[in-house]
Amino acid sequence: MNGPLDLRGWQRRRLLGATAGIAGAMWLRSAPAAQPDLAAAIAAFAAGAPVRAGRVVLDIAPLVENGNVVPVKVEVQSPMSEADHVKAIALFNERNPQRDVFVFHLSPRAGRATVAARIRLAGSQQLVAVAQMNDGSCWTHTVDVIVTLAACVEP
Amino acid sequence: MARALITCPKTAQRGEIIEIRTLIAHPMETGYRAGPDGAILPRNLIRHLSCRYFDGHDDVEVFSAELFPAVAANPFISFFTTATASGTLRFSWSGDNGFAQTERVTLTVT
Repeated sequence: MNGPLDLRGWQRRRLLGATAGIAGAMWLRSAPAAQPDLAAAIAAFAAGAPVRAGRVVLDIAPLVENGNVVPVKVEVQSPMSEADHVKAIALFNERNPQRDVFVFHLSPRAGRATVAARIRLAGSQQLVAVAQMNDGSCWTHTVDVIVTLAACVEP
Repeated sequence: MARALITCPKTAQRGEIIEIRTLIAHPMETGYRAGPDGAILPRNLIRHLSCRYFDGHDDVEVFSAELFPAVAANPFISFFTTATASGTLRFSWSGDNGFAQTERVTLTVT
């Protein structure tokens, strides 16, 4: 009578162990998706102001063949008047060695809040464009890109 | 002296919004890459670009940029500005290892 009971106990322990293992694996998988340093970089740029989605359009090819030279364009809906204009446009990435890509400073003299540049991407990742208005509010647009040839890794 | 290319209209109407495109030859070495011998290549970046508009009496910074390693080699940056009066646009790049370059473009406003 002792034998079968012991076996059942052993099976239960194994089952419990396996369940814990699966839960642990799921936790490990979900951890990198949060990207706390990306959120921290955006929060540091926003300087305490709430960051909302909208008013910004980040124009980038969704499928990038060469991560060494990736054209990007950021357009912000703004009249660019003394009372209401874009102060700065920044771009952040998720998987390059550093979170910042560029920070551009604008003034009402710009006339149009549109900027373009060429950047590097080390792998498929998320890009976040943030526009800071003269009243301090921040607006964002997030885009996911797939990169075939990553920069930085290949010489 | 690095080769710089600035594309901007020579003449504009007063109040017209003009596009300025800038390109400068520079490796933008990130400091994260290994060279052929396996040693990490030292960082060599352009860190700052500024564009100042001098219209005869006012010298105003109309645009400035902070650049990080994720900007591609031979940094290309384009932006817009309003043509207020005839004058000069002065572009200054600065970076690591004492890199500094200034280019001037004249703009005639009618």
